[in-house]
Amino acid sequence: MPSKKIQPLAPIIFSICCCAILPLARSQEAGPAKNIDRQVRSILSNKCFACHGPDENSREADLRLDTREGALESAINLDEPTDSELLARINSDDPDMIMPPPKHGEPLSDKDRELMKKWVADGATYTSHWSYLKPTKPQVPQVAASIDANEIDQFVQARLVGSGLRPAEPADRRVLIRRLALDLTGLPPTPEEVKRFINDSSENAYETLVDYYLSRPSYGERWAAMWLDLARYADSAGYADDRKRTIWAYRDYVIRSYNENKSFDLFTVEQLAGDLLEAPTEQQMVATAFHRNTLTNSEGGTSDEEFHSAAVVDRVNTTMAVWMGTTMACAQCHTHKYDPITQKEYFQFYDFFNQSADYDRPNESPVFKIYSTEVQQRRQAIKSELAANKAESKEIPTAAEVDAWIAEMKNEYRGKASSRVRGQFVRVDLPGKEKILSLAEVNVFSRVNGERVNVATRGTATQSSVAYDGPAGLAIDGNTDGDFEKKSTTHTNTEQNPWWQVDLGEVVPIESISIWHRLGNGIHSRSDGFRLSVLDVNKKEVWSRDFAKAVAAEQVAEVEDLPSVILELINQAEPLDDAGRSQLENYFQELEKRKIQIQISKLNAELASLKSMTTLPVMQALPEKQRRTSKVQIRGNYLDTGETVSAATPAIFHPLKADAAKNRLGLAHWLVDQDNPLTARVVVNRYWEQIFGIGIVETSEEFGAQGELPSHPDLLDWLSADLVENRWDTHHLLKQIVMSKTYRQSSSASSQSLSVDPNNRLLSRGPRVRLTAEMIRDQALAVSGLLSSKMYGPPVQPPQPKVGLKPAFSGQTTNWTDSVGENRYRRGIYTEWRRSSPYPSMSTFDVNSREVCELRRTATNTPLQALVTLNDPVYVEAAQGLARRMVGETNAKTALEKAKFGFQLCLIRKPTEAESIRIRQLFEEAKRHFENDKTAAAALATDPLNPPKSGSDLVELAAWTTVANVLLNLDEMLMKP
Amino acid sequence: MNLENQKVLFDTRRHFLKKCPIGLGGIYLASQMSGVGGMASASDVDDVVNPIAQKNPHFAAKAKNVIYIHLAGSPPTLDLFDYKPELVKRTGEDCPDEFLAGRRFAFTSGKPKLLGTPRQFKQHGEGGVWMSDALPTLPEVADEMCVIRSMNTDQFNHAPAQLFLLTGSPRQGRPSFGSWVTYGLGSENEDLPGFVVLNSGGTNPSAGKNAWGNGFLPSVFQGVQCRSKGAPVLYVNNPAGMSRQLRRKTLDAINELNSLQAESLGSPETRTRIAQYELAYRMQVSVPQVMNINDESKETIESYGAKPGEANFANNCLLARRLVEQGVRFVQLFDWGWDFHGTNASRGLKGGLSSKCASMDRPVTALIKDLKQRGMLQDTLVIWGGEFGRTPFREGRTAKSQVLGRDHYPDCYSIFMAGGGVKGGYTHGETDELGFKVASDGVHVHDYQATVLHLLGMDHERLTHRFQGRDYRLTDVHGEVVHDIIA
Repeated sequence: MPSKKIQPLAPIIFSICCCAILPLARSQEAGPAKNIDRQVRSILSNKCFACHGPDENSREADLRLDTREGALESAINLDEPTDSELLARINSDDPDMIMPPPKHGEPLSDKDRELMKKWVADGATYTSHWSYLKPTKPQVPQVAASIDANEIDQFVQARLVGSGLRPAEPADRRVLIRRLALDLTGLPPTPEEVKRFINDSSENAYETLVDYYLSRPSYGERWAAMWLDLARYADSAGYADDRKRTIWAYRDYVIRSYNENKSFDLFTVEQLAGDLLEAPTEQQMVATAFHRNTLTNSEGGTSDEEFHSAAVVDRVNTTMAVWMGTTMACAQCHTHKYDPITQKEYFQFYDFFNQSADYDRPNESPVFKIYSTEVQQRRQAIKSELAANKAESKEIPTAAEVDAWIAEMKNEYRGKASSRVRGQFVRVDLPGKEKILSLAEVNVFSRVNGERVNVATRGTATQSSVAYDGPAGLAIDGNTDGDFEKKSTTHTNTEQNPWWQVDLGEVVPIESISIWHRLGNGIHSRSDGFRLSVLDVNKKEVWSRDFAKAVAAEQVAEVEDLPSVILELINQAEPLDDAGRSQLENYFQELEKRKIQIQISKLNAELASLKSMTTLPVMQALPEKQRRTSKVQIRGNYLDTGETVSAATPAIFHPLKADAAKNRLGLAHWLVDQDNPLTARVVVNRYWEQIFGIGIVETSEEFGAQGELPSHPDLLDWLSADLVENRWDTHHLLKQIVMSKTYRQSSSASSQSLSVDPNNRLLSRGPRVRLTAEMIRDQALAVSGLLSSKMYGPPVQPPQPKVGLKPAFSGQTTNWTDSVGENRYRRGIYTEWRRSSPYPSMSTFDVNSREVCELRRTATNTPLQALVTLNDPVYVEAAQGLARRMVGETNAKTALEKAKFGFQLCLIRKPTEAESIRIRQLFEEAKRHFENDKTAAAALATDPLNPPKSGSDLVELAAWTTVANVLLNLDEMLMKP
Repeated sequence: MNLENQKVLFDTRRHFLKKCPIGLGGIYLASQMSGVGGMASASDVDDVVNPIAQKNPHFAAKAKNVIYIHLAGSPPTLDLFDYKPELVKRTGEDCPDEFLAGRRFAFTSGKPKLLGTPRQFKQHGEGGVWMSDALPTLPEVADEMCVIRSMNTDQFNHAPAQLFLLTGSPRQGRPSFGSWVTYGLGSENEDLPGFVVLNSGGTNPSAGKNAWGNGFLPSVFQGVQCRSKGAPVLYVNNPAGMSRQLRRKTLDAINELNSLQAESLGSPETRTRIAQYELAYRMQVSVPQVMNINDESKETIESYGAKPGEANFANNCLLARRLVEQGVRFVQLFDWGWDFHGTNASRGLKGGLSSKCASMDRPVTALIKDLKQRGMLQDTLVIWGGEFGRTPFREGRTAKSQVLGRDHYPDCYSIFMAGGGVKGGYTHGETDELGFKVASDGVHVHDYQATVLHLLGMDHERLTHRFQGRDYRLTDVHGEVVHDIIA
């Protein structure tokens, strides 16, 4: 093996894979040594750039080695290569001379020194860092003879040549279906699926199976789990109080997107800039919540500016990491030491994300509302009615309409001196949300026996609700005092559209109404916009008036149908003059307007009353006038700022298209531009990592100078170019991978392949990696028959231990109420994710808290994990469910047959004779044990799962539960086969 | 290490596993486990198979273990350790503008009044350490204490300040102090977690689980929360109906079935899993055992004021000693309820502080004495402190009430350490006469972190971990070791 570790000092990064027990050799080897420049660049980056790299502020001796010009100035002598200072320094014995200096780390290895010497002798060619050059499709080697080998296999086998390793045998069909089902859907195959595949003798049986799993709804749930780590999706807002956050509609968007096989470029544009698309759909608005998954701090005394700035920084870092595998974080405080990204460029990038309306507000605004289909239809209908009404209100009545009205009025009021309204109810409404109606007094004047009398005091008052001991009757108690403390003032709850009403007992003519509001400190203005109306005996409105303002004194409304001057004109015997006619016209027009206005406010009230199904925070661009100024933050401190900058992409990468908008939309297109050298590689690598446990570039989070070189560079480039050619179709990519013979190999490892390639970087065997936290849970529920297939919706709260401690400053986050019914058994992706206390059992299996984007999960193997799958009530319940299937779903008569049945439910493959005998032995031991302890048997068989059907043998069930507990804990169960 | 070496290692490991009967050694495994940056490893083999195996420090260590008592909310150290007679004299005067200009405080605006301590102060022990009458028994161990009066931080809200102190960054996502230490040094006991967290006061610290999170380090380095009431570790108890005897039988079955599988697949990590299950099985006994204080002598229990079966601070102090005694590397205690704003009498500087201190002072004194008596104090660094200081003026909201209180204040505060190679009966650093600024020998949070790591034999600049393309460390890019406090 040629591979040699080049940087003995640098710490090794943990990988998602658990398939190897020994540390990986850092595969700096880029295939055959055709690319000495790449290797030298990697040495220079790791050993020299920290002091002789792009960062001017930390550059020593004015020497820069990251550019050829810099190196040729003094370090490299092309005329006399062996005379080069660079070579003298790396070969020196003098501790004051040698480079790198001893305190910066170990000297170069002999091999590295040789490489440097050869490189200088050959003319010290600098190429750009490999990942900054756009991938092109390399020639596919023709090594594999097999007819069904695809391009992946050709590249992989070409790399195997000379290693002494050969591809492993194809995996058995039962192993293969379990591997494929877990990889594509995160769930084990059902017995029916297994049977179908085993019995499918057609040539394309496996391809049929691949297509089947790609089309399952569970496919989206499995792959969304990966994306949600990148999106740092959580159901709480983070920081000290870690309030609940409603944003699950975004999670559902991600699941749907995977299930629609949305192309990755569209998926990108929607999430980064869906709001900036022309007429965005609801789902495109929802998609923008991607960058609203940043933390919000609502602890008292915190600076919104500080935490808003922190959120924008997170968006910059997340965007570059997720799409381009590039660490931007360093450049936040100083120009990058390894990659040519300056601090100014960092804040130019920052500016793209600094122009959205969110600002670390506790209410998470701006938020977007999502309605159910029926409600959405009604909303549309109301909106068009409103539009029609508004248009109508602008129309001027025709002469004919005015004539018709005058005729009607004449008919109605001929000879009447007044147009008094008659009614039984007087009502005060306060339309709107979060309103309080608080009245001191209402007088209703009628004429009784020629006397003007307040008849309200004789009536009965009611109101929408009573709060603060302010019943409706206090407004007809004859006391107009508006001081609330004096107990003569009504008070409703804070609510939508509060009202007050008095029933006068009979229909009476009403002349005027006087109203007094609660007073004090401008509080009467709470009643601004109130509406006074008179209703007839059937509560039909006969008169109303709207008041824009409430006043801090008696507010009088004359109640009459027609003002006296209009009534006179109507009843005038002689023909109307122009002035009179015009007065009537104006009055009629105003009347019509008022009718329309009433209609409009009714529609608006209905619109406001239609409840959204859910809401979520979204991105919303600031209007031009409110755009923020972005400045370089000195050492990344938001309070200490320098030069003003505007949105731009770093110069090292392909340019933003000349006609591209300098906003998030332009940026999104830039990320998925054909010329982007990184995005496709990063995407391909991520899928590869999910399937094989380690990416082609092991450091899937870092493709820059500090990252690892790819193990199969040509394969990575071929797949990346192919992905772009196929319009970012990720189903296509995934299918290529799982159809390869490389994927379909057995994961059984010979001692030779283990010793030559312990981490399987050469792919001479199938991938055997630990399942993710979600898969471990989902699989246990699936094989026990408990798993719910319900998709989407609010997060659920499956049982977790009560630990009796609450987070500071918030009672809210503690209210975890174990879900009941099928919500108890939903897939892990629906479990409520609280950043301050992630679901403990999943946390033990290495999910992170999602405060920031997690590019790669570690896979550990710890005793605390054993305690989860052995003892967590969720897994105990699963064991009970599995035991009941072993007893109830098989015709098997003997314990041995039942053992085999249970084993196959879990692991799909058939047990060996030794295995089934060992399982039967445990069953018998457990049975004997429980025969002597029936109480224990009852507990283990039924707690927490519901009681079994009557007549069940609890001893036998408990013994099978013991067996099931073992099956769920087998190493093979926790691993992809 | 190159691949040839890996092969050697691999053989060594297979050999190792063959040699060891099931049940030996806690073998944790992070998939591709690595050494700490620049850290000389006890042995590459151990490093590979057991990331929490004991590792050699960078240089000779003064302390082997840490008991870190964090008083969440931050006690008013002007009323405990930092005596300011001039401030007492000027009580009630307007706070001078120079201390307010351009400043923000959590709950104070306008012009607050200076507040001298209402407590009585005295010097104690040969070293003459100042302490107030709120601490009745701590003076008994004055000559073990090293008080730093010149601590300062960048943060004035609880959660960010706790994170800053305990992870080196005010934002979430970085590994905590205990995680870094176990990552660097491993643990001495393979049957117990290397980093244990004990909470009291009924509420988690504001920073939540991040205060003991592993950040980007592997999850084996996460603090394991243990409880003195109920199940001492999550899921440590067998389910109802599963006896220990039956559990043994199930583990035998799991191990044998796993072995059959390992043979047929040649998969080495299956062997690791077997070891993990055995360790889990042992932890089911070892954790409840170490967490059970009933087997302590009556005198010991009384000296701490501990109450078996309860979850309180005194129990946690006693448990801390038991855990360190068993070789746990880092024990982190959090006690809730030290946020002395004066918003009610129990958070006032008079009776409130007396009664809160009564629940703390005796157990801490007992802990230091107990460690000393057992010869453990020299190897165990005890740290006591909050996340920031409190203002030398009265808190704004409560300025008119009868109850005295102070607002959050980052510029100066006191902590103390004992044992573990620090000078006893020693006071380091000074604040100005009103207690607003550090006057001499300031110790910033990063300096303090560097110093604690130094006492443990680690160079804070070399204890690094690479994440997302960057080398991270507890002290970020700052920190100077405070050599003056080291014995």
